[in-house]
Amino acid sequence: MSGDSDKPRIAIVGAGPAGTRAAEVLVAAGLRPVVIDEAAANGGRIYQRQPPGFSRSPEMLYGFEAKKARAVHGAFDRLAGAIDYRPGALVWNIGQGALDLMRDGDYDRLAYDRLILATGAMDRVIPLPGWTLPGVTTLGGAQVALKAQGVGIGQRVAFVGTGPLLFLVAYQYAKAGATVALVLDTATFADKASATLGLMNAPKTFAKGIYYYGWLKSHGVRLVEGAMPRTINGEGGVTALTWRDASGADRATACDAVALGWGLKPETQLADLAGVPFAYSERQRGWLPEVDAAGRTPLGTVYMAGDGVRIGGADVAELAGARAAWSLVEDIGIAVDKTEIARIDRALAREDRFRRAVERAGPFPVALAAGIADETVLCRCERITAGELRAAAREEVRLAAPEVNRAKAFTRVGMGRCQGRVCGPAAAEILAAALGSPLPEVGRLRGQAPVKPIPIRADAALVPEAKAS
Amino acid sequence: MSVSAAPHETDVLIVGGGGAGTSAALHLALRGTRVILLERGQIGGQASGVNYGGVRQQGRHPAELPIARRSREIWGRLPELIGSDAEFENTGHLKLARNAAEEADLVAYLDVARDHGLPLQFMGNNEIHETYPFLGPTVVAGSFAPEDGVANPRLLVPGIAHAARSAGATIREFMKVDAIHHDGHQFLAEAGGEAFRAPVMINTAGFWGGAIAERFGESAPIAPFNPNMLVSEPMPYFIVPNLGVVGGNVYLRQTRRGNIVFGGGFGISDPSVPWSRPLPEASRVIMGLAIALVPALASATVIRSWTGIDGEMPDHIPVIGPSRTTPNLFHAFGFSGHGFQLGPAVGSILAELVLDGRTDIPLDAFRIDRFAAVQ
Amino acid sequence: MVESAALKTAGGGGNGKAMRIVRLAETGRPPVTFTLDGLKAEALAGDTLLVAILAADGFVRTSEFGDGPRAGFCWMGACQDCWVTVEGRGRLRACSTPVEDGMKVIRT
Repeated sequence: MSGDSDKPRIAIVGAGPAGTRAAEVLVAAGLRPVVIDEAAANGGRIYQRQPPGFSRSPEMLYGFEAKKARAVHGAFDRLAGAIDYRPGALVWNIGQGALDLMRDGDYDRLAYDRLILATGAMDRVIPLPGWTLPGVTTLGGAQVALKAQGVGIGQRVAFVGTGPLLFLVAYQYAKAGATVALVLDTATFADKASATLGLMNAPKTFAKGIYYYGWLKSHGVRLVEGAMPRTINGEGGVTALTWRDASGADRATACDAVALGWGLKPETQLADLAGVPFAYSERQRGWLPEVDAAGRTPLGTVYMAGDGVRIGGADVAELAGARAAWSLVEDIGIAVDKTEIARIDRALAREDRFRRAVERAGPFPVALAAGIADETVLCRCERITAGELRAAAREEVRLAAPEVNRAKAFTRVGMGRCQGRVCGPAAAEILAAALGSPLPEVGRLRGQAPVKPIPIRADAALVPEAKAS
Repeated sequence: MSVSAAPHETDVLIVGGGGAGTSAALHLALRGTRVILLERGQIGGQASGVNYGGVRQQGRHPAELPIARRSREIWGRLPELIGSDAEFENTGHLKLARNAAEEADLVAYLDVARDHGLPLQFMGNNEIHETYPFLGPTVVAGSFAPEDGVANPRLLVPGIAHAARSAGATIREFMKVDAIHHDGHQFLAEAGGEAFRAPVMINTAGFWGGAIAERFGESAPIAPFNPNMLVSEPMPYFIVPNLGVVGGNVYLRQTRRGNIVFGGGFGISDPSVPWSRPLPEASRVIMGLAIALVPALASATVIRSWTGIDGEMPDHIPVIGPSRTTPNLFHAFGFSGHGFQLGPAVGSILAELVLDGRTDIPLDAFRIDRFAAVQ
Repeated sequence: MVESAALKTAGGGGNGKAMRIVRLAETGRPPVTFTLDGLKAEALAGDTLLVAILAADGFVRTSEFGDGPRAGFCWMGACQDCWVTVEGRGRLRACSTPVEDGMKVIRT
């Protein structure tokens, strides 16, 4: 950065809707942020761009959201040259005011004065017997397969879980020509009916949800509500999903793939390493970084926005990204557009009312998570069962584990490659139930560097005697 | 701090629930002594619980070897003693030399080991590469300690604490000692709004043991010690012995599950929180040193890194033994990274000091007043 | 009942036992050849390694702990269940690595 030495060094992690809008505000304020994104192309997961050589239109890829996707992509493209964009780079650690990066096998370090984390979310899943079989993916994974690669996870797919993604992905599969064997919503019709009033805070989004549901129904897709999945059957691949319907009858549906998801959970490991404090959220049934409505964390120099803070969806992420950037701009003494900030704040408040209703319409089935059978694999990285975790809650050969980090130490649940991203929510529910403790009391898995696996490399500059082989 | 109820009375009050403290509680309770152990966080939450997991006698300071020998005997009968083995495995420890000077160091230690009855097998360049074909060309010689091994540090101390509790000891977690003094007859401690009174006290508070000694007028120049450690994703099991090097700048072992645990260098910490973190700079140096030792590591990824807080003394060996200012106060802290292997024996030694007034293990090198002259 | 019949005829739900991804769009891309455990395989330019491997065979890796084959899970770089070895490149996460002509993929 030539001639910018008086300006603060600003880094944005994530180039999805939140990161894009944050960068846009910063650039407009005369700043030049470094934008680091783990993906090869910008857009985040929701507006993920397909690789070069793919030819589907945004309308085909993003449906009703095509206009928004085009706008976010366009905004990012216009920032070219005004930002230092580093795609394909993993931030694997944050400490001492710097980001540790891994890009194409090379280590790098980037010092920052201010940091905006827009790290997005992943599916919240509940382990089921058979969930490690090939052919089982997250709902988001099933969607990425279609959107970014043009493939379906199977020929005959069952969609299981709850939340806005459930019907959307099933609809996208059906439209693309796959057979939707079943859509199983663990939420009841009553959950959804009670949320209707709140959902009217975003009538267009609500209408889209109704549309997907209606479309699936009118095309003869089997939709069940208030049902619970039981097992995914098969050997080496999926052959059937068994489930229990709302009346308690056991059912089975033939399928060759299953997509699972119960809403999303923020990717908060980097916030944790940066030192952002966390607070328990009953809405999320989990711990979330402490971030105020303006995107500020108590650290002062770290800001957060989007689904990496709390789940709000792409529209909220765009607003929150801009809002956090405005806070940063204000904090470094540059004049801000108060009218624009007020507009964003009003829009965010409206979105939050809608969001609460979405959560009510698709509650996390606590009993399903807490009641995972002892023999079911809970931690798929380390192949640890729910029963092994429950044993850690009892004082038998060693002290009982009163919280999740100690349970991890004893059992290795959450100790594998994913560091508990996948099994963490279910593990906390299981441990809390086994201890008879309220969920907040079992705490949260601490983030540890590297937040994702990094290669073991010999750097001759650091260790002369270690000649790279 | 206001303390409401009458103090809990006990025979021995132990401050610090690491390997030495829990083991002392166990050995005292087994001999019918009433014990209360106060731990500021979770049992085994710092150095004893998050260390590398080496159960090593080879290379120990000569003064530590008698303790290490006794400890190794206890390690071998953990199942009888505490009902679990903490995944202890007698894999042997292979200490490697990477140049002639390091090789000379290995040779010199053979005599020390012989004097203490520690069996070692020296291996020259050809033999070591024939026996361990996974070693890189940087290795020129090695010394194999067949009785040494590895264990899971996360399991040992909570296992000892459970056994101590089963034997009648009171083990209290999340009980940070806020005030402590000796009234001329008894020790009085306040923790978590409760009071504790005992005629005998044991200080096994790790890094924080230095501050406790200070309260009784004994200065021990202790510094935080934060070994930087990494673990890889699982690889097919191919490294049986626990590996170390002369000088100790890298150490490495593979678990039966396949993960390579390796460390070297130091992280950072703030013991007042307490808070500790590995450092990426250190991690990257260790990667290079580890690949030089075992080139196959270059085909794996690191999935986690960590450190913890131990206390280090200027001469790199712990303080063990009676207080020089206060009768019936016993110290065992500042293990300088050696406490995991030594802990089980240190507890038994402390129990002997308390109940018998003596032990067969020579402790002179570990006197707390040994630093008086250098200050 | 139709559903319980499906349970009895294990394998009846799909075309064989292994996972089979289905190409639903963008099939006109140029082919790319790579090897999977030494065997020649074909993918399309722009495929991730995850798709390339699953288009050729029904799994991506084998669990180290004896509970069978895996084929990724999240497809977005979060679950870390699709790491493979590529000769000369080391360990790579299949869902976030584009397949390249001549890649030699070794599943573990």
